[in-house]
Amino acid sequence: MQRILNNPDNIVDEMLEGFVKCHSDIVKLVKTNDDNPRGVVAAKEAPIAGKVGIVSGGGSGHKPAFVGYVGRNMCDAVAVGEIFSSPTATAFLDAFRAANGGKGVACLYGNYSGDNMNVKMAIKMAKREGIEVKTVVANDDVCSAPKDQREKRRGVAGEIFMWKCGAAKAAKGGNLDEVIEAAQKAIDSTRSVGIGLTPCTLPAVGHPNFEIKEGTMEVGIGHHGEPGVEVCPIENAENMAKRMVDLVVNDYPFTSGDEVAVLVSGLGATPVMELYVLYNEIEKLLVAQGIKVYRSYVGNYFTSLEMMGATLSVMKLDDELKELLDMEAYSMGFKQQL
Amino acid sequence: MSSIKNQNGRGILLSMVHAIQENKQYLGDVDGLIGDGDHGMNMNKGFTLYEQQLGENETTLSDGLFDLGTVLMNKIGGSMGPIYGTIFMEMSDASQDADEITLPLFAKMMEAALEGLYGIIDARPGDKTLVDTLYPAVQSLKASAESGRDFVQALEDMAAAAEKGKDSTKDMVAKYGRSSRLGERSRGVLDAGATSCCVILKAMADGMIQQLKN
Repeated sequence: MQRILNNPDNIVDEMLEGFVKCHSDIVKLVKTNDDNPRGVVAAKEAPIAGKVGIVSGGGSGHKPAFVGYVGRNMCDAVAVGEIFSSPTATAFLDAFRAANGGKGVACLYGNYSGDNMNVKMAIKMAKREGIEVKTVVANDDVCSAPKDQREKRRGVAGEIFMWKCGAAKAAKGGNLDEVIEAAQKAIDSTRSVGIGLTPCTLPAVGHPNFEIKEGTMEVGIGHHGEPGVEVCPIENAENMAKRMVDLVVNDYPFTSGDEVAVLVSGLGATPVMELYVLYNEIEKLLVAQGIKVYRSYVGNYFTSLEMMGATLSVMKLDDELKELLDMEAYSMGFKQQL
Repeated sequence: MSSIKNQNGRGILLSMVHAIQENKQYLGDVDGLIGDGDHGMNMNKGFTLYEQQLGENETTLSDGLFDLGTVLMNKIGGSMGPIYGTIFMEMSDASQDADEITLPLFAKMMEAALEGLYGIIDARPGDKTLVDTLYPAVQSLKASAESGRDFVQALEDMAAAAEKGKDSTKDMVAKYGRSSRLGERSRGVLDAGATSCCVILKAMADGMIQQLKN
């Protein structure tokens, strides 16, 4: 295992220390609770009085998610779990506290059983403290369940659009219901798909726990290596793009005349130059179908440790979502200038 | 003896801790087949943190279960923190006021654990989760309690029922949790949660039997 580590058991806390030192102009580590010694990552200005707080959280290993999306006009606080494992209920509660500016908290997170349980428990605890919390559960990954069981689908890189739009709504002065509605609309308008080329290794486990054979690729793979819908011989970028665009476009479905935001994220170990090769093909295919790309993002936005491969997320835009997406934002993982 | 003194909890809890520590690698390997391979590591971390917290102190079984549940809930996260946290805290609540743990009381504790678990997860028997271990264990204990069986025999039967239940997950298709996305591909492999639950119940039974035979 060729990794940069001290004791693998401490990797999350050591990563957090480094992250907060490096980005002290954007975030701070808030430790208020002995039951959650790790603390939570909060925006430097959080909590902002009179603004709906935006919270997320999840397992580690997806950098820049989740801590990288804390910042101005983005998330106010996030709970940090072990690698690929939900944060504790106490950690989510601490994030609610750190984000609460008196107008309630929108907890925008991905559909995983651990996160669902811990968020549910944290909401109960928050209620006792008088903090109102409402949730949006992201489920943009089209290959994780059939369309008629959308509530079972996982949340993946489309969560970034959900955070961006929900947070912008809060920054514009929206109340809790309006923020929830905007975030829900963003994720309901988003579809994502991933292709994996290599497996990934949890540092403390030391070996990959699933296999993608040399010369093959897995279409529809999840952010923790959850199996996809098809394993096939590896294809060129043009054909990979075609598979991804077909899955995403047909599921929503996106049609001619739609305006969309497109996000291509690496899964951790794929060179960024290859992501641009993929984006180039994706853009051609969308344009050929009469779909207009309003904004586009390429980079390592939501990764799976050192997996090779990429995800595509496409969000259909209307005037409201455009306005929310356009709003200035400043976080480590997502910066939007006016 | 037909009951265990609640105050003699330390040996039973340490039996559970050591069983998880000894099975860390095995649980990780089972989880790695259809999960992400961190189950052994996470369980070991939680149980070892509890062991450190306990140190050289004595504990009642009720307090020990509560402390173990709290550590798992607060320090582990994932799915297993709230799941095992709830199980142990419910067992603690159901026995808090008792000086003696009798077979009927232990059956009640286990029933409370199952009910508490049902309050936070939707899985039921047959869904390839730890419910498939816990449910038959509870049923076995209840039957033993009703028919007035010997406590040691009842614990041995419970462990056997848990083992059988755990083994039954091999032929099931997962409906909940991360492996549920595998559908048919989850068949043929044990469920990691059912496996750790079996390790814990057997260790608990062993620890209790030792007290009963003393």
